[in-house]
Amino acid sequence: MSVAPPKVLLAMHVNGADVECAFSPSKTLLEVVREDLGLTGTKHGCEMGHCGACTVLVDGVPVLSCLELAVEAEGREVTTVEGLARGAEMHPVQAAFAECGAAQCGYCTPGFLMSAAALLDGADGRTLTQPEIAEALAGNLCRCTGYTKIIEAVALANGRMAEQSRG
Amino acid sequence: MAERDLRTVSTATNPDIDAAGFTVDSAVSSIAIAAPATPAGKPEGFSVVGKSTPKVNAFAAVTGAAIFADDVVLPRMLHGKLLRSTKPHARLIKVDCSRALELPGVVAVATGADIPVRYGILPSSPDETVLAYDTVRYVGDPIAAVVADDELTAEEALDLIDVTYEPLPSIMTIDAALRDDLPQIHANPRRTNNVHKEVHLEFGDMGAGFADADRIFEDEYFFEGNTHAPMEEHSVVAAFGADSKLTIWASTQTPHYLHRIAAQVLEMPASRIRVIAPPVGGGFGGKTEPFAHELAAAYLSCKTGRPVKITLTRQEVFYAHRGRHPVKMRIKTGVKRDGTITACHLQTWLDGGAYGSYGVATTYYTGALSTVTYKIPAYKFDGCRVFTNKPPCGPKRGHGTTQPRFAFECHLDAIADALGIDAAEYRKRIAVDPHSTTVNGLRITSCGLRECIDAAAMRTDYAAKRARKQKGKGIGIAASTYLCGAGLPIYWNEMPHSGAIVKVDRGGGVTVYCGTSECGQGSEHMLAAIVAETLGIDVMDVRVCSGDTDLTPVDLGSYSSRVTFMAGNAARQAAARVRSQIADVAAAKLGIAVDRVGFALRRVFDVDKPENAINFLEAAQATEAKLGTIAGVGSYAPPPGIAGDFKGSGVGPSPAYSYSACVAEVDVDLETGAVTVEKITLAHDVGRAINPDSVEGQIEGGVYMGLGEALMEEQIFRAGEHKIPNLLDYKTPTILDMPPVESIIIETDDAEGPFGAKEAGQGPLNPVIPAIANAVADAIGARVYSTPVTPEKVLKALDAASGGVLRLRKPAPPATPREPVAP
Amino acid sequence: MMRLPPFSYRPARSVAEAIALLAEHGLDAMPVSAGTDLYANMKQRLFTPKVLVGLRPIRELRFIDFDEGRGLEIGALSTLTDIARNDAIRAKYPALAEAAGAVSTPQLRNMGTIGGNVCVDTRCNYYNQNLDWRKALGYCMKKDGDICRVAPSSPKCVAVNSSDTAPVLIAFGASARIDGPSGVTTVPFADFYRDDGIRAWAIRPGEIITRIHVPKPAPGTRSAYLKLRLRNSFDFPIVGVAAMVATDDRGLCRDARVVVNAVGSRPVVVDGAAKALIGTHLEASALDEAAEAAFAAAKPLDNTSATIPYRKRMVRVYARRALERIAS
Repeated sequence: MSVAPPKVLLAMHVNGADVECAFSPSKTLLEVVREDLGLTGTKHGCEMGHCGACTVLVDGVPVLSCLELAVEAEGREVTTVEGLARGAEMHPVQAAFAECGAAQCGYCTPGFLMSAAALLDGADGRTLTQPEIAEALAGNLCRCTGYTKIIEAVALANGRMAEQSRG
Repeated sequence: MAERDLRTVSTATNPDIDAAGFTVDSAVSSIAIAAPATPAGKPEGFSVVGKSTPKVNAFAAVTGAAIFADDVVLPRMLHGKLLRSTKPHARLIKVDCSRALELPGVVAVATGADIPVRYGILPSSPDETVLAYDTVRYVGDPIAAVVADDELTAEEALDLIDVTYEPLPSIMTIDAALRDDLPQIHANPRRTNNVHKEVHLEFGDMGAGFADADRIFEDEYFFEGNTHAPMEEHSVVAAFGADSKLTIWASTQTPHYLHRIAAQVLEMPASRIRVIAPPVGGGFGGKTEPFAHELAAAYLSCKTGRPVKITLTRQEVFYAHRGRHPVKMRIKTGVKRDGTITACHLQTWLDGGAYGSYGVATTYYTGALSTVTYKIPAYKFDGCRVFTNKPPCGPKRGHGTTQPRFAFECHLDAIADALGIDAAEYRKRIAVDPHSTTVNGLRITSCGLRECIDAAAMRTDYAAKRARKQKGKGIGIAASTYLCGAGLPIYWNEMPHSGAIVKVDRGGGVTVYCGTSECGQGSEHMLAAIVAETLGIDVMDVRVCSGDTDLTPVDLGSYSSRVTFMAGNAARQAAARVRSQIADVAAAKLGIAVDRVGFALRRVFDVDKPENAINFLEAAQATEAKLGTIAGVGSYAPPPGIAGDFKGSGVGPSPAYSYSACVAEVDVDLETGAVTVEKITLAHDVGRAINPDSVEGQIEGGVYMGLGEALMEEQIFRAGEHKIPNLLDYKTPTILDMPPVESIIIETDDAEGPFGAKEAGQGPLNPVIPAIANAVADAIGARVYSTPVTPEKVLKALDAASGGVLRLRKPAPPATPREPVAP
Repeated sequence: MMRLPPFSYRPARSVAEAIALLAEHGLDAMPVSAGTDLYANMKQRLFTPKVLVGLRPIRELRFIDFDEGRGLEIGALSTLTDIARNDAIRAKYPALAEAAGAVSTPQLRNMGTIGGNVCVDTRCNYYNQNLDWRKALGYCMKKDGDICRVAPSSPKCVAVNSSDTAPVLIAFGASARIDGPSGVTTVPFADFYRDDGIRAWAIRPGEIITRIHVPKPAPGTRSAYLKLRLRNSFDFPIVGVAAMVATDDRGLCRDARVVVNAVGSRPVVVDGAAKALIGTHLEASALDEAAEAAFAAAKPLDNTSATIPYRKRMVRVYARRALERIAS
């Protein structure tokens, strides 16, 4: 092995829990969540920022974990698809994806869910337009669905969340 | 949820549900466009089939719980990498791995000589070895494999392998491959060029057909190659155990073929190998054959006694390819004044890339389905596939039929225009009839082609929009057909194409075991729905165990749109056998004759007196008490008599064909040539929609993939290399490039399909590309004869139509009055 | 999986610390903000720094201040999303908001910074490739080789400046504040880019861009940015046109700038376009003349998506459309 710099020990906050993890400083957040934390729900389709499959939230903002250094996640809140549900209850967007058939092979799905969840959680009960939804998902590629049911699902979740916030 | 008020339903009843559960009704169903549907759009008599419910595997997908191949992690697992050729064509003089082996962390290497068995997915072209043996045939051809403690070390070791090449001239085009003065990519003493396969077929009286024609039309088209680009990069984990058994988890659409070929290549009994297909992150035909990384990982796990994972990078996925062949096509058609086709001659030249892959079948497919769409009384087909020094082409969604469908549908528009017939009307006029036989001996059963054309045209107000001549706005139509599974297996045998086992648990749960591979098309849900419908239980009561060669009966794989038809029928038969056992026992308990036993809503009841019922669990337990463990097996093989009797008749026959019609509406920017597809409307004859949402999903996905092929996707080469092997430069449509899609499901209730179902996975892609091309032609009054229809080609066509050429300069504008302005 | 080559990571918590760390490690070190461009390039082994000096912890460099007197001041670590959504920028410098909002994808705009975007590495489809791909080609002069694969007789690299924000900043007369071991300098963006795909920026090793200053727009200033790409997301520009025009209350054009990017190693300031517009009332013929000047000035080469003639032809169309949008 080439002379690798020593590992760093980092206190991270992932999916609401404090975790300590030691890893090489050249590891991306993608590699650390999948390989060191065992959170394989986050996928990868290119590792170059060309597909969006690895999208996670850092402090609630969708970013590409393939181009984030894990060391820079120190002190920030990282959310992966495994952290979307509230206990046993799925996030409304997860339920809507299942209902609408928005996941076909399911591989790009976690990335879409993260982009969508950030949009929906930030909408504060406001009804989103279809172009707004599409713009927010423009950094995620899907090869199965033609995006149609994905937009439907996000709109459905938006409607339900709006209803909930009113009720 | 999308509205589905135009759902057409069969007006026939469904007499095929009886106590025995599995009889096939041969009555011809009739079609009613926009017939009154029940509120859920579901035909009477079904409680699961026809209902849109979340797929049984959707919950794992939306929570990140689904474990794909690259998510598999085993103790002591090694990581592998493949060294790939940097030459498009060269003799391999020496591969020296000694320096790589010295690198700390490297555990083992393999080269071509270690695994020399030749194989090929088609037994007729066994032209591959796992690692290049004496020749490399494209940039990316695997040469050696390294396994190490981690992936970075394996990658570093690749750089320490010394390869000596003796470069050979590279052959990068169809024309070069046809030359006699270049070296052969695969030695073939019977030829002097790089032709891989030639097919010449002729049916009917061609001479008389052309002589009879009032007009003869001839056109040439080119379909550029493109690739599947599934979101999941191919991955494998292989683990050889102390019990000398090998387990392979692979992102494969065809676990059975990987099983067979792994046994052959590793020279191990197949009984010691278990192949598991976890959920596949997108296939589209790109994961239908064994790959070097899979077999190398298996070999190196056997060699090291440790699990080995190899996951391809995106660039390697472009190299693995097996995607859409570039095809040059020449088409000549004779017609009567009313458009009736009298004869058709189709010639195709396929650029196959470096290996055979499914290419022999692809070659046949470029000619096989022409006659299944339109009536052609005399038909001649000449196909020719060549080898070139590029990643091997193979099957992509629509396998070999997509390219000639583009050509033929554009050609038909030209004919219709010349004859002054409306393009939609023309297609209806020459459409094949249900229950007919084609000139090349293919059996057509249910066929909703005319209904598809009508539905798509009506919904879009096609006729009025087509009549409008507004430069820049266009509407186009195209139709197509596809198989519901290949009639023959790819290796000759007389065994079923699909098998299934249905087992009932003492707790009332039901498991269906079937060798299918779930790659997003919905096969798990389809199996669960068919079993649930047959046993009258909820779809979520059924657990699906699929794609595991140790646990599940063989299904040939998720290709040729065969799974619903074939595995669905096998599962239906297995469930029917279980149902029959339970019905016998329940009849006694209910005190009725067995033919009065019904199954629905988790109850087993008297169909004449539904309140006389026991619940399914009680019935199952009583059956187990009386008859012992409850299980049923089922299998499916296509019936005889669906093909002609000639050499080459094995490609094209299918137990049924799906039909589609697509209308595309486009806006063309006349200054930039950019094509904006404003809407796609696609009507698809699926036979019966088992889960309408899933069928719509397949239609939408087919539209999407067709749109990409029509407008932007191209697998192109420069300086012997793939020019753009990444997802930034290889353009796949984003969410902002996708038009609204309206799906119209046409149900023709196929007599042999499970509950009348046919296919939806591939068929809907085919008409999209020519529909867009035809719409662009309508918008600009000129035609682009090749795919993709790029802005630049559109401008060139516009320039040519206006008598100009691509203008770089424009006359200087007149001087503008100008006032002095202080600096 | 594509992985980064090994390196040590040194976070800088202040500009001074960043300069010190860069000085300490010399040519072994590279500064990085979000790294969306650099990390991808490192995965392809286009860069293999031993040390990365992380600028992200310098919190005070993420700000956007607009003052009617001084104009706009942007901290180099402001994200492209910050810029695209900033009300003052949207109102006063719409072309800048448009350009920032047109970069790549939402995720990458959430990550990527303005400092990174103005220094985005020049691109070429012979260069932005994996190591083994470049090895098969025999490399190129920008990395590991000695000739240009696009123009083999060219003495210099012709990789393309693909920044969306650069042409806009030039059009607005913006400048970069550069901090380095020998102090602070201010460089107008018009002078920041060089016609050399390798040494494409007027910045020396050890220096970093810390702030961007955009002068207060003259009254009656309007601006637009139009980007040609093959898809509506993800893609770098294959032609980018920034246009800025200032008119007086009579509608007379008093100042104009048209800058074309993604057709060469540096953004092309089209002087002829400014000449064609200044002193006119932005009549159609003036716009035509300006577009024609842009067309003449653009000299794309075959190293991005689409072809040379198409991109060149589109420069005229996009320049004209950008000006039409302003004029209307």
